[in-house]
Amino acid sequence: MKSVFPVLTVVAAIVVMWYLAAVPMNAQWAYDRAARADVELTFSDLVADTWSQEKPRLPAPHQVAVEVWQTTVDKKITSKRSLIYHSWITLSATLVGFALGTTLGILLAVGIVYNRVMDMSVMPWVIASQTIPILALAPMIIVVLNAVGVSGLLPKAVISMYLSFFPVAVGMVKGLRSPEVMQLDQMHTWHASASQTFWKLRLPASMPYLFTSLKVAMAASLVGAIVGELPTGAIAGLGARLLAGSYYGQTIQIWSALIMAAALAAVMVSLIGLIQRIVLKRMGMAT
Amino acid sequence: MTVISAQNLDLTFQTNDGPVHALKAVSLDIEKGDFVSFIGPSGCGKTTFLRCMADLEQPTGGSITVNGVSAAEARAARAYGYVFQAAGLYPWRTIGGNISLPLEIMGYSKSDQRDRVARVLELVELAGFEKKFPWQLSGGMQQRASIARALAFDADILLMDEPFGALDEIVRDHLNEQLLKLWARTEKTIAFVTHSIPEAVYLSTKIVVMSPRPGRITDVIDSPLPKERPLDIRETPEFLEIAHRVREGLRAGSEV
Repeated sequence: MKSVFPVLTVVAAIVVMWYLAAVPMNAQWAYDRAARADVELTFSDLVADTWSQEKPRLPAPHQVAVEVWQTTVDKKITSKRSLIYHSWITLSATLVGFALGTTLGILLAVGIVYNRVMDMSVMPWVIASQTIPILALAPMIIVVLNAVGVSGLLPKAVISMYLSFFPVAVGMVKGLRSPEVMQLDQMHTWHASASQTFWKLRLPASMPYLFTSLKVAMAASLVGAIVGELPTGAIAGLGARLLAGSYYGQTIQIWSALIMAAALAAVMVSLIGLIQRIVLKRMGMAT
Repeated sequence: MTVISAQNLDLTFQTNDGPVHALKAVSLDIEKGDFVSFIGPSGCGKTTFLRCMADLEQPTGGSITVNGVSAAEARAARAYGYVFQAAGLYPWRTIGGNISLPLEIMGYSKSDQRDRVARVLELVELAGFEKKFPWQLSGGMQQRASIARALAFDADILLMDEPFGALDEIVRDHLNEQLLKLWARTEKTIAFVTHSIPEAVYLSTKIVVMSPRPGRITDVIDSPLPKERPLDIRETPEFLEIAHRVREGLRAGSEV
């Protein structure tokens, strides 16, 4: 609870800066309109106008808040205009991609830790995979999967997986290697099998690393799902809202989708944080 | 009966700076029920020798048998308990959970595990701490728990690598006293690596003095001290005489 005050202070500062920035950003439009109507703009008129335009360059916070409210609370969830509907589309792909990415990441990490050939050969590819811009790769994945008859949620989930397996693989390699030489020697003196060493020592020791990577992976998954929605022709999902918004200059719609995506990421990441706290506490490793 | 027997043991590590002779022509017999201390400056191979007994290091020459079989077979038969320099308890397991870890690995039944954990905790005077996590215990108590863990599966041999090296003098004295009692009660064969002369003399029936470059045995002293040893035995002339001989041995070894 100690963190509430600093967080609120920062939020307040951002809102103030946001309002201030909205005035010069949207001023040109207000001036142009005033010139056409041939009226003189007072400063208060100018401010009032820049904070209430229909298609502002930078919408004011309350405009975004109203839009979010109208598209979540006031709309039926089944409506195509409901932000909750679109969020769910994106979230479902995010969660599937996250699950796939986590599984792939852990499997790769186990392979890299236990197999010298994989250690030498796979890790460079894992790193190289992340240097390709996902924006360039996403359309290919969708086209290729579509050609073999896979469409809908799965292609987006695959893009999410592509982004999310990386932090899990890197974190888990570090985590599975975190036991000291002495602890491994100790297992050796007890004549423990490789699988006993894995389940009783390496895996539990890697838990703090796993949760840290999962948080990064969750955020990356969400980005992946949104990016995956962009080339599909903007049918549904937060990415579609972003794209449709930019087609029609609906900046308020873009910003409300952005806010929704940020909120979604915050909720999912703090959910993982909560599970982390519970698990590590039960394991006696709470920090 | 000879429990551990090393004949002409050689071990050479290949490093980037050329070969390092960790052990050269080391021969030693340890009898059942002996308490043998290995003392010497760092690099004399005392820990390496202990690790050879435990099959954690492979000698490059000579032979070593434990309980009459090779070190690898002895390890597979769980012939020894090994206590490391640090307690190395798993932070995610309670003290009881840590002690039952080797028992789980060796496939003891749940009820047998419970009985054994209770018994060895009693033995190291940690009864009642079973449900505590390692961070809730002091360093000395953690090391006692790690000794309990090494005792839990009833190996006849206890190999200890500077187990009290990281602890302060007072705790160390106390643990030395406890260790002697434990040794008397359990009649185990103990090989104990240390760099403290008083500790070696106080604990041992046999003191092995080693020296470095190459690691070798320079003196083996059979202690005339009685089995019953209160802490103040360390001020008796007999004790000081052995300590003197150990010191001389260490000095002679380092002059070569």
